[in-house]
Amino acid sequence: MTDTKRLLQVESVSVALGGRMAVEDASLTVSGGELVGLLGPNGAGKTTLLRAVLGLAATSAGSVTATGTVGYVPQRHEFAWDFPIDVAGVVLSGRTRAIGWLRRPKAHDREAADQALELAGLTDLRRRPIGELSGGQRQRVLVARALAAEPRLLLLDEPFTGVDVPTQDLLNDLFGRLAADGRGLLMTTHDLAAAARTCTRVVLLNRTVVAEGGPELLADPEQMLRAFGLDRAIGSVRAEAGAAA
Amino acid sequence: MSELLAFFTDPWQLPFMQRAFAVAAIVGLVCGVVGVYVVLRGMAFIGDAVAHSAFPGVALAYAFQGNLLLGGAAAGATTAVLIAIVSQNRRLKEDTVIGVFFAFAFGLGIVLVSTRDSWTTDLSSFLFGQVLAVDSSDVWRVAGIGAVLVATVLALRKELVAVTLDRETARAAGLPVLRLDMTLYIVVTATIVMSLEAVGNILVLALLITPAATARLLTERLWAMTLLASAFGCAGSLAGLYVSYAYDLAAGGSIVVVLTAFFALAWVLAPRHGLVARLRSTADAGARAIGPKPTAAGST
Repeated sequence: MTDTKRLLQVESVSVALGGRMAVEDASLTVSGGELVGLLGPNGAGKTTLLRAVLGLAATSAGSVTATGTVGYVPQRHEFAWDFPIDVAGVVLSGRTRAIGWLRRPKAHDREAADQALELAGLTDLRRRPIGELSGGQRQRVLVARALAAEPRLLLLDEPFTGVDVPTQDLLNDLFGRLAADGRGLLMTTHDLAAAARTCTRVVLLNRTVVAEGGPELLADPEQMLRAFGLDRAIGSVRAEAGAAA
Repeated sequence: MSELLAFFTDPWQLPFMQRAFAVAAIVGLVCGVVGVYVVLRGMAFIGDAVAHSAFPGVALAYAFQGNLLLGGAAAGATTAVLIAIVSQNRRLKEDTVIGVFFAFAFGLGIVLVSTRDSWTTDLSSFLFGQVLAVDSSDVWRVAGIGAVLVATVLALRKELVAVTLDRETARAAGLPVLRLDMTLYIVVTATIVMSLEAVGNILVLALLITPAATARLLTERLWAMTLLASAFGCAGSLAGLYVSYAYDLAAGGSIVVVLTAFFALAWVLAPRHGLVARLRSTADAGARAIGPKPTAAGST
């Protein structure tokens, strides 16, 4: 992996939230062509780390270096699905910044939005009001909106949560194609099976990075227990069981 | 026939009614456009807060014999900006912050009023409107301010949509979310203060919310919602004035009652989401459950 393809470098980042260290001394990288899964238990700081990369959460230490435009796909409940707008309108809204103040979308903006719709398989639904979409369709709309800004790096927060199996397959396929295109993807998830199927590399986070490697890492019980902070608990259970026997 | 004609033409013979019609039509139109964002952002409560928080400014302006509208605008804008800043703290929900400032401002107004006992007429006209007493400079002022407000909202439409859809992603994309929020709050405040003469402090919220809410029931498109809201606001204000003139009723109150009648009609008759349509589709679903299976429509 050469440095020119490196799209994201997170170095020793710490984030304090409400007086508590939510993320401490975490480092990771994402390069073009990679789909990196950020895994960990609830409260491990996955979303906080994404927010730090996006500049939405202030880091108290460390540095974040991202190359090119960064796209963000938030969790579905962070979006106003009752707004009177259609699918194409939402996707075009991903280019608000690129279009610029007091300007109307130009031909290139429309092409980028069309291409994003096409990639996410939403071309047929482009005129559908967003209030009438299923959960899986909504997830694809959020991905397409991020893609409309033509990012090289895509950050996804729990994209597999609450979507049905056909949508999971569709998203898997889409993410694979985006990575094959040279984009870098970093997604948080607590769905180990989905991560094992999809990711080219996984990073286990429990406030800090506890392990990193290929998806086969997820089949290693020792590493998983450590990542989820269960190694000591199991150790003490075993010790107690031994004492009782 | 001639009686009906007279009903429509009579009020226009009177200069004070001509001015009232002009102000009501402009205020209805502007409130419709701005109200779209108030409804879509769930800002009804902040609108109410701003309307009430203009009160101490009006009272102060009255005490120092200043311009009542400027006083109201300054107090409303101060409150709106304070709310926007304080609610950036993610630990407090916006409506909590609004509750704090809203009650404070109104309380302050009451304290100020209680220091004098001679001013009741003008204050009550501010609380309930005085559209029949506007002069021609008021008409031009309302037209000018209204044009600026509508132009501002239309010019920032794309950014306001992005922020309304999803604040965090808008912020991550580099949009100045705080400044856009403040701009919207200031526009809402200016709209409210501008409308005080027509319907007063207490009823202005109806002009801002009801036409936009009526429009939302009828469409899934932002531009259509904006057009419908301004049309309802404008038509409702004119119709309310006719009713007020014909039956000698309070003007502000009549406008609000007509606007609410529009809303009730839309709630019952809206093509897809109205009461009748919902009852009909429930009945259809029942009939389908008995009849042959329908083919699946749409895909996942």
